[in-house]
Order: sequence, then structure tokens, then C-alpha cells
Amino acid sequence: MARTLINVPTTAKRGDVIEIKTLISHPMESGYRVGTNGTMIPRDIIRQFVCTYNGEDVFRAELSPAIAANPFISFFTVATESGTITFEWRGDNGFAASETAPITVE
Amino acid sequence: MRPSRREFLIGSAGIGMASALPASATPAMLEEAIRNVIGEANLQTGKITLEVPPLVENGNTVPVTIIVDSPMSEAEHVKAIHVFNEKNPQPHVISITLGPRAGKARIATRIKLADTQRIVGIAEMSDGSFWTGEASVIVTIAACVEDVK
Repeated sequence: MARTLINVPTTAKRGDVIEIKTLISHPMESGYRVGTNGTMIPRDIIRQFVCTYNGEDVFRAELSPAIAANPFISFFTVATESGTITFEWRGDNGFAASETAPITVE
Repeated sequence: MRPSRREFLIGSAGIGMASALPASATPAMLEEAIRNVIGEANLQTGKITLEVPPLVENGNTVPVTIIVDSPMSEAEHVKAIHVFNEKNPQPHVISITLGPRAGKARIATRIKLADTQRIVGIAEMSDGSFWTGEASVIVTIAACVEDVK
């Protein structure tokens, strides 16, 4: 399981625009580099990142090899209700990771 | 680092066999990639800002912040943001799908840049209009294409 680092405020006022920061450990091998034996290193990247808030899609990103290793993505969302924010990453070679963060909305 | 003649030939042979793509994208490929996303729609300049350091030492991680000027309401919001580059092997960088739930169209990430080049951002609004903005970056150490020693 890839290591992830998620930064979500634990509490927020209803209607607040909150910042979410996510980081996941992944080599993001571009598929354009030549290895020690002269052959191309096959591509191994995260293709997709999805963030859902209590089951509703709030943010989605399709990544290319041009995203740096250990992809960092930060974005904003509106704190509507208490619940769970879920983060999912999917990539080459069956890579899948998910993480959740609780949030309390007053 | 400048590759030796031998390394260059080995590298180009591999690329040729794998995909027949050139080692770096060209402005024409950038244009084509943008057209694939927006179709025949009219591209207007403005509303989208790319914040990138003007000079970066290491092209392996370049922080980029994308800001789109929009109230992000149900009636008027940003539907999608696409980022492209000019000289990496592939022009596409990231595509983001947003909605009024975002509250604010401001996204930050870190990208790889193979050379000193232009980065182009495209924002698709809920009314169907497309807006573009760009930033230029000087890269002293390139990413993506360097070999593993």
C-alpha cells in the first residue's frame, strides 16, 4: 500500500470553502527513460485521482507522465455536511489506493 | 547533461520502435492536443492564470498553481481545466473535472518539465466557453528524458 498524506480540516463551518492537500508515494515512471541496459523503462504512473464527499464526486483528475513523482494535488471544496471525504488513486499495473478523512461541519 | 552519440542513437531507436513519437512534443502537437479537447470551439484569452516560478533549477518537480476566475456557483462555474506543455514527450499534463461543489477554482500540483518551455492552461466554463492562459518557465536541469545510470 502506497503511503499517503492527506490534509483536511477536521472541523469547518457550513458553507466554508476548505482546502484539501493530498500526497501519495509513487515513482510516476514516465516510460521515456532509458535504463542501465539500454532498454526503455516501462511506464508506471497513476492515471486517475478521484475525491468524493459523502459519496458525491467533488474533484477528479486525469494524470499524465508529466506529473512529478509522489503526486501532490491540492484543491478546494465546500464543507456541506459532516461525514467522510474519500480519496482514490488508480494507475498502471493495477495500482489502486484509497484513503478517507472524517470532517465535522458545524 | 548532453547524451553521447551512442546513447542518443540507442535512445532514439527505442523510441522509434516503441511508438514512433518524436523525443519531444512540438508546438503542432500542442495545438493538436488542445484541439482534441476543445474541438472547434473558440478559444478566448483570459480568466485562467498559471502560477509557475519563472526559473526552476530542477525540472523533476515544478510547482504549478492553476487559478480560474469564476464565482463557482450552480449557474456559472468551471467544468474542467486542462494543462498542456510544449516540449515534454507528451503534450498533456493534467485534466481536472470540477463543479460548483469546489467553491473555488484553485488547484496546485507539481509537474515535470523536459526543457525551457511554455505551459498552456485551458478552462472549460459551464456556459460552454473556453479560456486560455499560459506561463513560460526556464528549466536548468531537465526531467523525463534523462537516463538512469
